[in-house]
Amino acid sequence: MLYLPPNRQQQLPRPFSIFKVDCKRGELTLFFQVKGDGTGILANVETDSTIKLFGPLGIGFPALPENSLLVAGGMGIAPLVYLAATTTKPCTMIYAACTAAQLVCPATDLKLSGVTLLEITEDGSRGEQGTAIDLLSRLLNADSDRYKAIFSCGPRSMLKAVADLGRQTGLPTWISLEERMACGIGACLGCVVKTSGGYKRVCFDGPVFPAEVVIFND
Amino acid sequence: MTEPDLHVNLGGLRLDTPILAASGPIGNSHQYRERFSTHALGAIIVKGVSLEPWPGNPPPRLAETASGMLNAIGLQNPGLKQFIEQDLPQLKGAGPRIIVNIVGRTVEEYAQVAAGLNGKEGVDGLEINISCPNVKAGGIAFGTDPDQTYQVVNTVRRQTNLPLLVKLTPNVTDITIIARAAEAAGANALSLINTLSGMLINIETRRPLLGNTTGGLSGRAILPVALKMVWQTAEAVKIPLLGMGGISSARDALQFIMAGARALAVGTALFHNPELPDEIYQGLADYMTEHEIASLESLEGIAHLRR
Repeated sequence: MLYLPPNRQQQLPRPFSIFKVDCKRGELTLFFQVKGDGTGILANVETDSTIKLFGPLGIGFPALPENSLLVAGGMGIAPLVYLAATTTKPCTMIYAACTAAQLVCPATDLKLSGVTLLEITEDGSRGEQGTAIDLLSRLLNADSDRYKAIFSCGPRSMLKAVADLGRQTGLPTWISLEERMACGIGACLGCVVKTSGGYKRVCFDGPVFPAEVVIFND
Repeated sequence: MTEPDLHVNLGGLRLDTPILAASGPIGNSHQYRERFSTHALGAIIVKGVSLEPWPGNPPPRLAETASGMLNAIGLQNPGLKQFIEQDLPQLKGAGPRIIVNIVGRTVEEYAQVAAGLNGKEGVDGLEINISCPNVKAGGIAFGTDPDQTYQVVNTVRRQTNLPLLVKLTPNVTDITIIARAAEAAGANALSLINTLSGMLINIETRRPLLGNTTGGLSGRAILPVALKMVWQTAEAVKIPLLGMGGISSARDALQFIMAGARALAVGTALFHNPELPDEIYQGLADYMTEHEIASLESLEGIAHLRR
């Protein structure tokens, strides 16, 4: 949870996934898109200012087995870059968006040891033309025994389709969800999602859930 | 001059400080210990407890608003049995007194929860929630009608020896009518205000933003409304008041005391400032020292006096 600098209107802390960690230099990097007032305020924080952070919180992705498929939609790239950096095992990363302009992750951050990067845009303006799901199904169909697990973060509609593919192929599938939060520690029950085991807190029981437990009913 | 005395007696509940954590933000278990500074708190009011487990409302359950927050959690809770077996042992001896917020769909359910908590070690008081705007049955249905308020409070009163607070809704034409009914039924103190009913629409989906359609507005935006209702209620009843609604500083807290509150509760502001109870405690003590005030009683309702 990242606390906004004091201001009169926006006061709830904002949840972000971790993008990069450099323990040697003592650096933590977050990567976010300006979507509303809160991220607008954060984007305007001056260099060298101090802001409060509370975390890490919740349950993240489990360890990555060899030949995992990482599926990032838009800003969903952030936690997957961090995940991929935790291992040098070979894995495949799909990085998808509607247009090239939405593939905003710096190229240097996408050069990760062991990672085969496949970019795809719906309008074909960068990488292949199509959706993350088109590419994911093709990879799974072409070489069904090669891949050992799926890890995904991105828009809800994409995660639903990833979960469906995970179910069809029987591959362990992990998805990172997003909800608006207030406390960040599992107390206020504001950020729940519907699962087969009832409402679960994204901040405390997640944000990463096994895809098969999440109920997408929209 | 001696150290300022911040002890208060809230309807038979003797508290080390007049600062309470309102029901909701800090949950109904021990989660708060990881995050919130509790030693300046006189009491913690835990999240609503019902007889059986309640699932709560469908998501999304919250949204930020201008200087506030809209929520519709829907009183999700594990029910009385699990609260007593799992949550209460973790709350006991935590430091602050523990007040349990109780909810029900019927008068009988409120009575059963109250009876189940009576005499339980670690429970120092009850707060009857007749004001949640986010559940259809129970909750606010009782708090908007003086006869039903009387009935539920009086029935619970007969089930418990514990100090009894009644939490009032601002979503009524005249809060003092409900306040008087609760007092007549045997309440020891009144908590006010609960959240203000409101809604938002998501212009992309063209549907209400919250899963429950409507929610309750809290946070700094509602302070003047809450303060006015505490002011009015202080003139209508004799029992002490626990004031709340948008408090985010010692200056805010002092206003509630001057309007007639014996104690005050913080809620939404804890999300961005977990150290707020300490800051309020220090701010109250500093104000008392600066103005040579020995106890908070002499400030209670002082704004009502014409000079």
